[in-house]
Amino acid sequence: MEDMKEIIKQYVINEYVEDDSEVTFDTPLISGGIVDSFSMVSLKRFLENKYKISIPDDKATPEAFDSVNKICLLVNEYLK
Amino acid sequence: MSNIGSYDERIKNFSWAIAEQELDYKPGNVINIGWYCSDRICQMGKADKLGLIWEGQGGVEKKYTYNDIRIATNTIGQFLRDLGIKPEDRVCLFMDKIPELYLGFLGILKTGAIAQPLFSAFGDESLFIRLENAQTRAVITQKKHAPKVRKIIEKMPWLEYLIIVDQDPAKPLQQREVALNLEELPKVEKFEIHPTYAESPSVLHYTSGTTGQPKGVKHVHYSLISQYLTSKWVLDLQDDDIYWCTADPGWVTGTSYGIIGAFSNGVTQCVMDSGFSAENWYRFIEKHRITMWYSAPTAIRSLMKAGDEVIKKFDLSCLRHLASVGEPLNSEAVIWSEKVFGKPFLDTYWQTETGSIMISNYPGMKIKPGSMGKPFPGITATVIDADKFEPFGETGKIGLIAIKPGWPSMMRMYWNNEETYKNKFKNGWYLPGDRSSIDNEGYFWFVGRDDDVINTGGHLVSPFEVESALLEHPAVAESAVVAKPDFVNMEVVKAFVTLKPGFVGSKDLDLDIMNFVRKKLSPLAMPQEIEFIDSLPKTRSGKIMRRILHAKEWGEEIGDTSTLEND
Repeated sequence: MEDMKEIIKQYVINEYVEDDSEVTFDTPLISGGIVDSFSMVSLKRFLENKYKISIPDDKATPEAFDSVNKICLLVNEYLK
Repeated sequence: MSNIGSYDERIKNFSWAIAEQELDYKPGNVINIGWYCSDRICQMGKADKLGLIWEGQGGVEKKYTYNDIRIATNTIGQFLRDLGIKPEDRVCLFMDKIPELYLGFLGILKTGAIAQPLFSAFGDESLFIRLENAQTRAVITQKKHAPKVRKIIEKMPWLEYLIIVDQDPAKPLQQREVALNLEELPKVEKFEIHPTYAESPSVLHYTSGTTGQPKGVKHVHYSLISQYLTSKWVLDLQDDDIYWCTADPGWVTGTSYGIIGAFSNGVTQCVMDSGFSAENWYRFIEKHRITMWYSAPTAIRSLMKAGDEVIKKFDLSCLRHLASVGEPLNSEAVIWSEKVFGKPFLDTYWQTETGSIMISNYPGMKIKPGSMGKPFPGITATVIDADKFEPFGETGKIGLIAIKPGWPSMMRMYWNNEETYKNKFKNGWYLPGDRSSIDNEGYFWFVGRDDDVINTGGHLVSPFEVESALLEHPAVAESAVVAKPDFVNMEVVKAFVTLKPGFVGSKDLDLDIMNFVRKKLSPLAMPQEIEFIDSLPKTRSGKIMRRILHAKEWGEEIGDTSTLEND
């Protein structure tokens, strides 16, 4: 789980953060304006490729993607 | 009682002089939007009235009275003038929806310079194309977006200043960089506002077309007349309203109605600078007791998707009037809003080039869910035959929307692109590029675009721009980009791609290409779906037939394929 958190956090930092802003596991990603609703599609694709899962569109909500911690909970649901 | 009262009576007795008189403007006099949106409201006795309530990440709040707005815009104006910014210089605003964006916009206009707002999610390539076209002299931005400008600054010798509004004093500035900390600058009580006139340029907004680069749409200070009156009659802004326009001022709705219309009417407006979530939006409405809400179909459909249960957690009885803009508002959304908010979202139709609402539904008028409504008083709009460029003699026929030029907020030119500008006019009509029909009661019904431009979430994306970006990816040999239907955004970008030898389509390559376009252009332009194919459909002369790919996505008839290669 910790590995997953770190991998997703690093991906978010590399792909969506332009400056040196800090991102923690609880930083609001969607409501905080770091990842917009269009970019969420690429983040979802990354998770699906990386963890070889399929996240239904109706589960990929702004709320479910709003922090690294929440994303990990979602990914774990589909890893089982 | 609504401000417009009877639509039919307004049509009979209409003249733009109504707005001129209300604004105490006489033709030939000085007219400066910056002054009308701040100093004038103070002179009307509303200096202490709240003009802007801003809420940022984590609920941080800032409030500005009209006097605060007047002084802050004076201060920014003086700062720019001291830098040497001159009337008609282009000054770009490249920021999130922070107070400096709203105040900076009016401050630029007070100096007589031209405000060039650009969406802060633009990538460096999108940014460069627009700054190069406008030969922009200064960019005002936040430290979080500055790296995108730094990446291209060496290619822009004309750009003299990169102004950063939240620069950390401990960090050194680079060449051409200047810090603008509004709270630390000496407040400028009196500022000599540049005497702009009706035809003085004010705003340069960029919009995309099917072919060629984005076009800079030039507006003038006289646009205020339309923006003021449409805000009053369509959005029904009244003195005690708390108004929320959800649009980003990187796009025209965010300036015409998120700045000019709101402030020139002297209302209190709220701005939320954080990402979308249904719960957060409803909380915002409840907390600030929003009465007038101007939003977009994409947002409305996202709220629909979030379900009705979440609405019950909030007291939204404050809402008095709702309107929508950006793309056609489907009838289901109108009916849904009436069910859950007790009032329908009224659809409004216009575009960057028109500067203000052209066709709309009005308070008090019979609403036909799914219809665009009727032309604003003073606007002559119809539907014309696409071959003869003449109005149909009967109702119900689908043709091109056509508007008689001459309203105050009509664009005055495409920046450095006179030929494209001229092509927008046929037989004495301005053609927005959309198709519709008119029913026997005079209501317009949207059908679609007349070109290949993709309307995603209310924003226009040029397939040409995306295809060009795709070709820069090392794996892509050829590309064709079309719109794909989408419940929330109406349309999203879909790319068909052929690969160079040695590359094989895979999920990882798909993601890599998506991110490549997102960073280069913007998240809006990022293909939401990429299909790897062996070859693209082309005419015998080698032109890619997007039409065939589009028809496939929309389940439509492919039509004439007689010119198809290898057919």
